[in-house]
Amino acid sequence: MTPETPASCSIVLESRPSALEGICQQILTELKAFSFSEDDVFGVHLALEEAFLNAVKHGNKMDPTKTIKIEYTIDRGKVEIAITDEGDGFDPSNIPDPRVGDNLFRPEGRGLLLIGAYMDVMEYNDSGNCVFMAKYKRKPTNN
Amino acid sequence: MADIKPNVQVDYKDHATVVTFVDRKILEEQDIRGLQDSLNSVLDQMDDICLVLDFCNVEFLSSAVLGLLLRLSKRIHERNGKLTLCSISPKIYEVFKITQLTKVFEISDNVENALADLA
Repeated sequence: MTPETPASCSIVLESRPSALEGICQQILTELKAFSFSEDDVFGVHLALEEAFLNAVKHGNKMDPTKTIKIEYTIDRGKVEIAITDEGDGFDPSNIPDPRVGDNLFRPEGRGLLLIGAYMDVMEYNDSGNCVFMAKYKRKPTNN
Repeated sequence: MADIKPNVQVDYKDHATVVTFVDRKILEEQDIRGLQDSLNSVLDQMDDICLVLDFCNVEFLSSAVLGLLLRLSKRIHERNGKLTLCSISPKIYEVFKITQLTKVFEISDNVENALADLA
């Protein structure tokens, strides 16, 4: 049965790729409990992995003394996740489209494209060190 | 010491080598580096490269795996070899479509078709 009360959590993790595993499993379990579809769970999982790895590699530049904060809320209609690193931030508009020209053959640079494709909302704060992502169980219509 | 898992299975066919990813999820940098080492070892043993990568077990991967595949593809094409991917689940295929890597890689439905395409 789908829970009535939203699930939310805020946690600070070590800045290493494998640190995501526990909280990621927790989020995926919550999504299933709130009856998100398999496709939605796959998409949120991929976006979460890509955003966290970006924070570890490009935000905190693999510095193990830094941390990454994850905050999420899941309810019957949507999941919202914010990931904040301790880096200097970046301007997402400066990231080249990995589908264009020779970029297609570059081994890196597809994380943001995938996050944007699988989530309904992907926004960075002004300083570029926090990404807010949201996915709706049913996409809102533009009335 | 790092725990190294046997993450690929290698089958030598008449005219091609089939490498099957064993893991259901390919995420960790360590796993990807291990895969790269394994695949490079396979390539090092081949004179004429004709390689099938079988994704039948893979349910989840990150964009870092796409990077591994692109590096591998570059190395194979530099040696005038051939590479085909196969048995990619619909969810994973969607990742290839979004990134438009369906334009870069030859992709077959299954191992038999991949081997036929490479013959």
